[in-house]
Amino acid sequence: MGLEAINQSFLTTRLEDLVKWARRNSVWPATFGLACCAIEMMATGAAHYDLSRFGMEVFRASPRQADLMIVAGRVSQKMAPVLRQIYDQMVEPKWVISMGVCASTGGMFNNYAIVQGVDEVVPVDVYVPGCPPGPETLMHGILTLHELIRSGQILRRPGEGAGIQIDEPVSRPA
Amino acid sequence: MTMTPRDLVLGPEAWPESDETMIINLGPQHPSTHGVLRVVLELEGETVLRAKPVIGYLHTGMEKTGEQLTYVQGATNVTRMDYAAPLFNELAFSMAVERLLDLEVPPRATWIRMLMCELNRVASHLLFLATNGLDLGAISMMLYGWRERELVLAFFEKVTGLRMNHNYIRPGGVAADLPPGWEDDIREICEVVPKGVAEYNELLTENPIWLERTVGIGVITTEQALALGASGPILRSTGMPWDLRKSQPYLAYDQVDFDVIYTENGDTYDRYRIRLHEIAESLKIAQQCLERMPGGDYRIQDRKVTPPPRARIDESMEALIHHFKIFTEGFKVPAGETYVAVENPRGELGCYLVSDGSGRPYRMHIRGASFYNLQTLSTLVQGGLVADGIAIISSIDPIMGDVDR
Amino acid sequence: MTDDSTREEMHKDDVAAAVVERVKGAVAIDSHGQTVVHIPREAWLEAVRFLKEEQQFTQCSDLTAVDQLLRPDRPLPAGVDRERFEVVANFLSHPRNRRIRFICQVADGGEVDSLFELYPGTELPEREVYDLLGVRFAGHPDLVRLLLPDDWEGHPLRKDDAPARVPVQFKEAQAPR
Repeated sequence: MGLEAINQSFLTTRLEDLVKWARRNSVWPATFGLACCAIEMMATGAAHYDLSRFGMEVFRASPRQADLMIVAGRVSQKMAPVLRQIYDQMVEPKWVISMGVCASTGGMFNNYAIVQGVDEVVPVDVYVPGCPPGPETLMHGILTLHELIRSGQILRRPGEGAGIQIDEPVSRPA
Repeated sequence: MTMTPRDLVLGPEAWPESDETMIINLGPQHPSTHGVLRVVLELEGETVLRAKPVIGYLHTGMEKTGEQLTYVQGATNVTRMDYAAPLFNELAFSMAVERLLDLEVPPRATWIRMLMCELNRVASHLLFLATNGLDLGAISMMLYGWRERELVLAFFEKVTGLRMNHNYIRPGGVAADLPPGWEDDIREICEVVPKGVAEYNELLTENPIWLERTVGIGVITTEQALALGASGPILRSTGMPWDLRKSQPYLAYDQVDFDVIYTENGDTYDRYRIRLHEIAESLKIAQQCLERMPGGDYRIQDRKVTPPPRARIDESMEALIHHFKIFTEGFKVPAGETYVAVENPRGELGCYLVSDGSGRPYRMHIRGASFYNLQTLSTLVQGGLVADGIAIISSIDPIMGDVDR
Repeated sequence: MTDDSTREEMHKDDVAAAVVERVKGAVAIDSHGQTVVHIPREAWLEAVRFLKEEQQFTQCSDLTAVDQLLRPDRPLPAGVDRERFEVVANFLSHPRNRRIRFICQVADGGEVDSLFELYPGTELPEREVYDLLGVRFAGHPDLVRLLLPDDWEGHPLRKDDAPARVPVQFKEAQAPR
């Protein structure tokens, strides 16, 4: 069941490190390019700004096979339920990067049509600003996510949508 | 069998209602649809009987936002519609505003606009080659197709400050002059990009798999294309050499030398070939802009429309007030309405602008090239296989920001 | 600067002249160098049919509408009864390399004929106008919402509907998980 199920203590530190290393070096994104940010996301994955060096060049079409959802672009009212459905179909552990200002806060479009921040629909781990963020900025966001995974800050999930119950308090690794 | 236009929309009543058909949903999240396009397909086995695109998943309310922003800010809004070719949106909007103001833009601004737009056409067609390759299974095309595009985007970043969505072409001219050393960059682009394109040509054009998957797929006739409102490479692939740059020239296109690329068969392969050769034509125009770029102002010197140069703000009170007024209230445009059309990489991009005499547009409508081109989808995929449907969507090259606005 | 749209001289544009002669109630004007013909609502389909079949206008390049609610005093040529909505259609003739614009006035709740039978390429634009502005097109095969969710209420592009700007909400910083 992953790290969350075992009782964490000093004996399992090495095991946790191993699992975290494996997780962060092969984060596979799900294709969720919506608008202009999708073009920059594709550019980040292409030959010039290679995402393959982080193990991430395989953009999985099926959310079941993906770990990361990069919400790249503006989320309209019609698209929000679809977004939630794709997020729900992803398997734990999963992370969300909100790429661009439209996904983070609604961007320059604060009108009737755009959801004002994708964190109204899914929980977000890293927000990447920019309109659109250049590939370097997106990579910085991705590396921040890797750092979060490495340091274990996002080890646990809130109950809703993930179905993991934490019955007894577990000490966080420092 | 003859099909009336009504059949194309709802499906011919002549098709038997059979238990064998299946209605499936393609998208809106799918790796092979360009952006968030959803297509509802009625399939019999693998053959598509009917297809209906469902759009609106990227509806941003940009036309409503456009009524809220001043004319200086307007370019930031429209540029995000067709985000693969943002400068064209800005150009159409700026030209519409300038027509209502009866302004004439200085020659240097015109030639800079032309240069930047043609480079944007190159970048957009390179994007098309990459995504077309991906949709048809040539993954290497996707990974390598961005190489030359990065060169063009680096030039854009140097000139406009951004790789995409530049907000560079504004009413009155352009936002900033070309930086020193731009000639060397253009020369490099004109040398390196054709080499890359020659590689892609060698990879794909005679490739038997490519030919098998694109020749004869998604054939459209001129009558169908005209009736459905299609323009750009779709119309040119049917044998009609219609290009607004030649037929209804704007900017300085009547002073440069280039060819209109068109083919006869109207299939996916032709549309791929047209875009491939249009890259070379655009570079030809860029080369001529390099040689013949006039000197002078990069934007009109009308105080009421153009902000004063930053240095002058410290010296003159009047300049400070003009700057303040332009950036807070915006300049006022006399009441009227106009329609301006430019030739996008995807077809005719138009801007219908209604002004009521205030500093904000009363109604700003963009005639999206992809919005009209997408109407050809139902006709093109009918009778083909699902995999061909993907190839056809890719050859229409829709950009959903333009479709949904 | 005078508003060009009030000039109603007999037009030099031969297509506009032919339309005015053929369609009762049509008025042709010049708008910044472009020809605009105001067509009465009842004659909309007939006028466009004339344009397509006898004047070789091969494509309807754009169809949209404007909500003139806040401009009841806008200048219109004499003989044109003003209504709330203006349906605007731009036409392009490829063989003759010409453009022309038709405008018709439609009341709130009123209908205008759909151009689908003449130009199938107006299917999506008319649906968009219905979706965002609420103008109905009689004879359209499938007049349903296009861009907004199917259960949306209202027509946002109308001047009295959705505000152009929603208030910005500042969210608290999320607690660390």
